[in-house]
Amino acid sequence: MVAAAKALSTKFAGFVGGDDFWRGIVAIAAFLIFWEAGSRSHAWFGFSFPWVSQVPAPTAVLQAMFKLVQEPSFWNSAFLSTLRVFEGFFAAMVIGIPLGLAMAVSRIFFGITFPVFEVLRPIPPLAWVPASIIFWPTQELSIAFVTFLGAFFTIVINVIGGARAIDVRYFQAARSMGSSTWDIFRRIILPGTLPSIVVGATVGVGITWAVVVAAEMISGGGSAGSVGGAAGGGLGFFIWNSYVGGSYTQIVAGMISIGIAGYVSSALLRKIGNWMTPWLSEN
Amino acid sequence: MQQLLQELSHKMTPHAPPVAPTVSVPLTGVGTGMIVSNVTKTYGAGEFTKQVVQNCSFTIESGKLTVMIGPSGCGKSTLIRLLAGFERPTSGTITIGGKPVSGPGLDRMVVFQETALFPWMSTYDNIMFGPRARGEDTPEMRSFAELLLQKVGLDGFRKKYPAQLSGGMQRRAELARSMINKPEVMILDEPFRGLDAMTKRLMQEYYANLYEEFRRTTFFVTTDIDEAIYLADRILIMTNIPTQVRAVIDVDLPRPRHVEDITENDAANAIKMKALGLLHEEAMKSFARGSKAAADFIDAYARRMAKE
Repeated sequence: MVAAAKALSTKFAGFVGGDDFWRGIVAIAAFLIFWEAGSRSHAWFGFSFPWVSQVPAPTAVLQAMFKLVQEPSFWNSAFLSTLRVFEGFFAAMVIGIPLGLAMAVSRIFFGITFPVFEVLRPIPPLAWVPASIIFWPTQELSIAFVTFLGAFFTIVINVIGGARAIDVRYFQAARSMGSSTWDIFRRIILPGTLPSIVVGATVGVGITWAVVVAAEMISGGGSAGSVGGAAGGGLGFFIWNSYVGGSYTQIVAGMISIGIAGYVSSALLRKIGNWMTPWLSEN
Repeated sequence: MQQLLQELSHKMTPHAPPVAPTVSVPLTGVGTGMIVSNVTKTYGAGEFTKQVVQNCSFTIESGKLTVMIGPSGCGKSTLIRLLAGFERPTSGTITIGGKPVSGPGLDRMVVFQETALFPWMSTYDNIMFGPRARGEDTPEMRSFAELLLQKVGLDGFRKKYPAQLSGGMQRRAELARSMINKPEVMILDEPFRGLDAMTKRLMQEYYANLYEEFRRTTFFVTTDIDEAIYLADRILIMTNIPTQVRAVIDVDLPRPRHVEDITENDAANAIKMKALGLLHEEAMKSFARGSKAAADFIDAYARRMAKE
């Protein structure tokens, strides 16, 4: 553990001084300068850059964000979106993993379920929004359901692919050493599919964030919107509301918050995934 | 065999403290070996029939290491599949301990050319896979696993995953993983193929050591004549396809053997010359039938003869 932390810190120290680090710094700085100059082009150069001049400057966005993080309603929005992402993602894992495994293991079950699955899979989750508002009793459930769909298909496809890709020799070896069918499932199929489950979950959670924001925009932020005031219906609703209210700096601030949230959840899942599949990382 | 093992584990007290790895495990010379009699195997039908094994008979004697060597593509792998029970002979019988072989069984363990260690399990967990699969995670088995870890030189690598082991270590782990199941017959299909010369030699030494310790009935397939002589009690020289036994050579060199002794030993060299002569004849036959693989062997043999 100490050795690992040490290795990580030397790796980090190596990165901080290295060429890649400075390239990264220069790239981000150049991007911000271009953005700042672009959005202030009318005041600075006397003419407007196309497109960029319509976007609030990074300094203004930073100011807006600084104000936002002090407002409870913003955190309430972030919390609501996170909760919906978690609900949908959790349900997708709980239903998707066993379903994918069953489809990979049983030829009969696969034959029955796969055609239906393949017809439903290409339907974009957002196309489900109106139907799910009608079907589900509360707005909250409708949003969670659409979020669930975003991660569900990706997870199932990854589980099926992962379980099918397990080397036949592992099954032969296990059988010849006296493994029962249950033993093979538990000690070969499950760990053999785990890396694909991690990949499916990491990709799936990213899609979940994309879907939850759009679902919040379309559905008007869910039932919670009326409780928490104008900005109470999740980050998607917050962005939409900022647009309607003409607060452009808040739109960009909201976008950045979603970017950060998505990054954090993917990083978190990758971390958990690495911890669960130590045989892949320790080399 | 299965019953015998269960009886054994019942006799041992379940709460006994972990036994020191030096405790000897009863292994030697169980059963009566395998008998292959008049086995023929053909594939396809009608015009496309291909006979791979023809009227082949031999015995794998109990407690001995039988090495099979033959020209490449002669049907050795087919014979292994028949012995393992993955396939049935077209005619003839194969018996183990007097009972006919009708499918794969716990009485035979096959170690293949490529490693099939489970990547998600540590070396120790891989070795303990068989016992755990059969609900035999007993102190005896654990101490046997310790003993095997030491014997194959992987004591310090018990917690490593297969990807963290070298190619030679992986093969050794796989040998230990098969060995722990105490099969009546161990079947090894060119287990050291594809390793570099140094590693291969090291592996042969480890393996000879392991065999000399436990004396399990073993059937070892190779294309390497030096390996065959170093390891074998008996060598079966196979004919070209459709294969049968061309000759049986007894290798009565004393054990424990050392690689250096074998290269300088006159008896070993005499056996080698005899075996090479027979293999050359078989290679000529397969070359006459259009096998390109045989050409290299014939070339090598001719150069060797020119030197002597």
